[in-house]
Amino acid sequence: MLPAPFQLARPTELAEAIRLAAATEDSHFHAGGTELLMAMKLRLLRPELLVDLKRIAGLDRIAWAEDASVVIGALATHRQVEQDVIVRRHLPALAALCANVANVRVRSAGTLGGNLCFAEPHADPPTLLAALGARLRLVGPDGEREVAADAFILGEFETAREPAEIMTHITVPVPRGPVAYRRFRHGERPAVNAAVAWTMAADGVTIERARIVVGALGSRPQDVGLLERLLAGRRAGEAAEAVAQGLTDAVGEIEAMDDRHGGADYKRHLAGVLITRNIAEAAAQINGATP
Amino acid sequence: MSAAEIDLRFTLNGREVQARVPSHTLLLDLVRERFGLKGSKRSCDMEVCGACTMMLDGNLVSSCTTLAADADGRAVVTVEGLTPAAGLSRVQEALVLHGAVQCGFCTPGFVVAITHLLQQHPNADDEQIRRHLRGNLCRCTGYVKILAAVRSLAGTEPGLQPLAHERT
Ligand SMILES: Cc1cc2nc3c(=O)[nH]c(=O)nc-3n(C[C@H](O)[C@H](O)[C@H](O)COP(=O)(O)OP(=O)(O)OC[C@H]3O[C@@H](n4cnc5c(N)ncnc54)[C@H](O)[C@@H]3O)c2cc1C
Ligand code: FES
Ligand code: FES
Repeated sequence: MLPAPFQLARPTELAEAIRLAAATEDSHFHAGGTELLMAMKLRLLRPELLVDLKRIAGLDRIAWAEDASVVIGALATHRQVEQDVIVRRHLPALAALCANVANVRVRSAGTLGGNLCFAEPHADPPTLLAALGARLRLVGPDGEREVAADAFILGEFETAREPAEIMTHITVPVPRGPVAYRRFRHGERPAVNAAVAWTMAADGVTIERARIVVGALGSRPQDVGLLERLLAGRRAGEAAEAVAQGLTDAVGEIEAMDDRHGGADYKRHLAGVLITRNIAEAAAQINGATP
Repeated sequence: MSAAEIDLRFTLNGREVQARVPSHTLLLDLVRERFGLKGSKRSCDMEVCGACTMMLDGNLVSSCTTLAADADGRAVVTVEGLTPAAGLSRVQEALVLHGAVQCGFCTPGFVVAITHLLQQHPNADDEQIRRHLRGNLCRCTGYVKILAAVRSLAGTEPGLQPLAHERT
């Protein structure tokens, strides 16, 4: 299968890439191409113009920022994220996630920004990045803006990004408490995944704020608000019991779709199992850290 | 500046090459049809099976879903580049000795992926081997013999010696 013919531009400046995309009705940015080229080979997309982003210097940089966050260039591949020393040290859950996305070839070519911008629901990074409170930087013809990761993906293949906006980087605040991420899959992509991130109070054992996000099973990542509220202000040691009590109701509220990855009820059940295991892991991280 | 055709210069198995191609050309087709290297295969055509595996600047890619344009200025290595002028590479020999080749359709992709794995992790453990190779599918061998061949190269299992009549 071949994509339909198109014009290819390979700008070296961000502003030029935005200008080119804005000037052509049917243009797409080309990063790793792992999703875009598949859609083009299947003739689901027939863009007139592809604007390659890989020649713009610095878009794949990963750096530490003064406000205790890690700034990941949107063009960084899963493999770069997996192997980066800053990410491994400060965001080990994200490094482990990227090490297990897809297969080694897709990890080498596919980028974190491309994963987010494509918004295929069966994806890993959006769930964890939402739980971690990541912020996404978009630059377009009308200037720059920042969008919270959990407000970026609106639905299947639908995001808050305007067509000529480029995602330049993803800022992830370093967590102030335990983080756990799990997923279940029987094919290439996840059927269900779940992330937990706790912000701990100064005493080190009280959960000030809990983020619990599930993904892949519905049209977009979802907060499990009921459990988040149950955990706020509780001691880590009581978390498992509190979650067990609220789990049936919480899982019942999750939007899930029937597809080849499983039926909706089955996936809600799996979400409950993954959440329970994540809570146990998060609590163990606290127990291990305090004598 | 945008164009429907593009001039490429890159190294293919260490040799400088040039080509002018339509922008929508895929790397696999360029290498097979223009340069006549037919080791890399098209099978799934959707980045799942690994029959088309090549190295691009030392990274593994699915050449079935990579633009030829992405090779511009970079180094492409295919199974042909990993095969000595005479005889076999140690990866190829291990696959043969372990009976890890049946129809052989998947083999070129495995040779590239295994070579890459051992470059990164010369003493890869089973976990590393499985994670690196899970994107290469084989419909014949059941993987057991492929794993044994890789373990022998990683030093976690004894290697096999060719029988007298097999020596080259
Ligand atoms: C076989 C296979 C298995 C997979 N398994 C998994 C899995 O287990 N888990 C998982 O999470 N994902 C999985 N994926 C998805 C994979 O993570 C994505 O394909 C990859 O990260 C996309 O990145 P890319 O750079 O190739 O994007 P591209 O294909 O280049 O682009 C995708 C879309 O995003 C746009 N875009 C890309 N970058 C930018 C940017 N910086 N700014 C604005 N727009 C941009 C493009 O215009 C395009 O519309 C799998 C994919 C395949 C093919
Ligand atoms: S043909 Fe490219 S991965 Fe299967
Ligand atoms: S030997 Fe036939 S597909 Fe692997």
